[in-house]
Amino acid sequence: MNKPLDPAATVTRAEVEDFLYQEADLLDSWRLDDWLSLLTDIAEYYVPPNDKPDGDHRFTLFTIADDIVRLRERVIRLKDPNCHAEYPPSNTRRLITNVRITGMDGDLILVAANFAIFRHRRNEPAPRQFIGRYRYKLKRTDAGLKIQERRAILDAEELGAMGAVSFLL
Amino acid sequence: MLDHTNKDGRSNGYGDGGLVVEDTANLTFQVHRKVFVSPDILENENRAIFDKCWVYVGHASEVKNPGDFRTRHVAGRPVIFCRDRKGEVRALFNVCRHRGALVCREREGNTRQFQCIYHGWTYNTDGSVKGIPGDDAYPPSYDKQGKALTPVARLEHYKDFYFANLDPDAQDLHTYLAGAKDYIDLVVDQSPSGKMEIIAGTQEYDIKANWKLLVENSVDDYHLVTTHSTWLNYMRNSGVNVTPTKGHMLPTKGFGKDLGNGHLTTDNPNYRGRPVARWISVFGEEAKADIDAIRKELVGRLGEARAERVANTNRNLCIFPNLVINDGSSVTVRHFTPVAPDLMHVTAWALGPVEETEAQRARRLHAFLTFYGPGGFATPDDVAALELAQQGYAAWREVPWTDLSRGMGSSQEQLATDEGHLRVFWRKWDAMMNGASA
Repeated sequence: MNKPLDPAATVTRAEVEDFLYQEADLLDSWRLDDWLSLLTDIAEYYVPPNDKPDGDHRFTLFTIADDIVRLRERVIRLKDPNCHAEYPPSNTRRLITNVRITGMDGDLILVAANFAIFRHRRNEPAPRQFIGRYRYKLKRTDAGLKIQERRAILDAEELGAMGAVSFLL
Repeated sequence: MLDHTNKDGRSNGYGDGGLVVEDTANLTFQVHRKVFVSPDILENENRAIFDKCWVYVGHASEVKNPGDFRTRHVAGRPVIFCRDRKGEVRALFNVCRHRGALVCREREGNTRQFQCIYHGWTYNTDGSVKGIPGDDAYPPSYDKQGKALTPVARLEHYKDFYFANLDPDAQDLHTYLAGAKDYIDLVVDQSPSGKMEIIAGTQEYDIKANWKLLVENSVDDYHLVTTHSTWLNYMRNSGVNVTPTKGHMLPTKGFGKDLGNGHLTTDNPNYRGRPVARWISVFGEEAKADIDAIRKELVGRLGEARAERVANTNRNLCIFPNLVINDGSSVTVRHFTPVAPDLMHVTAWALGPVEETEAQRARRLHAFLTFYGPGGFATPDDVAALELAQQGYAAWREVPWTDLSRGMGSSQEQLATDEGHLRVFWRKWDAMMNGASA
């Protein structure tokens, strides 16, 4: 039986924090192709429904459940001026805190973090606020850390005033 | 007939003039934009429409077992939708008879009783009083059992879709549904046992727009090409043929239909794939044989013609006033309630046959998210379009008329890209606002 890998021997929290902050900067500045380069070839992206935050996307209707194929298509859409929900692109600002390395899943590093994302739109006096937690599965590669899975879990009981999740959460 | 009008070519009028104006001489149909901004009109809609019509509450599959409950709203009122311990489905106002607090706070669950946290009154799942703490302080004449939770005046279902009506004198649900029943049948026929179920996971979101705009949008195929070009790109990139057929705006020639009593639907030959049962490349090669098998089961059970109807047409069904069942890339059950003239609350679920295998269920949910919902490739752009329209209505006094004239005067059956089926909604709306019954 293999001994479970010690996360401390694999990665430091500072390294993970730098990675998440870099990712947040790419998303907030809409450098989406650069963001795609942070993903592995089998990456997945999930936003569970507000009423089933711990649901499984195979049996539960999610808000977003993208495999890498649909995720690449989502980026194509987001870059298109005909993506009306995000044209002109929202001004987003994401604050990421409480970053922790919570364990290993095989060779994947499990990371938890909290987020507060403010989305500003023209003709909307107040930002729409998206508050919740991230759960990442990161992979150490020759080209640095990569995202194998990212899950953005919202705290609100319903999407409500957030409306649509039309940008990358 | 889709296009008809009153003798003088105008609606009966409402308040300070006709708000829905049909001109059969010049073949125009216009709606005054005051209907999207006026608090008085919303108040009248609540009284004349939502308090009189059958409004959707929930599906039998959501309260499968005795004691199961879901807290819902019916026309803005808090309601417990539950199955009592004897197995009967109920809709009870979620309001304590003593001082009026909500007696059930959870979204869903299974229980033996509902207990008010204020003074501890408890109720059985059929609504009857279970206990009143310190009831010796009431006089002997006090009618304790008369303090049961108040049931919603009427609760009826059609094939497990439960609707409530606040009006005790309303006509029965089956009569009310008129031709919409045939289109619910097409959904239910997807299950070998005739049993569909709501899948876990609720999409609840606000749209900063008037609720009637989502009625229009849900069945309006005219907007597909412009509003949803990025979704069409995604389909094209995935190998799906989305080229419009000659002379039409869509890949297939579909129709818009009047189902009677204000209900309406689109009815389109499929091109976008269906979990039951038409394969497209997005589903992956490995799904081909499975979808063939689903199709074979349909043919065996329903015959070739009916199977083709069920498997290979898309239908966006609107049941007046505010329930939409989209049977397209997947099946959605979606209803929406006005909060203010410029704000609606939307609740949506996915629906599937109870017999689906894990792979089939996963495919259905994947197909759902390609198009529908607040994270889908299409719905967020619908929301954007509706919110832009609402912003435009700030100039309703200066730019007062919304135009719904497409297809008027056509000698052919109305297309889904015409607006004949949208006019069906508006005529019923206008009639009820002028006092007609549901």
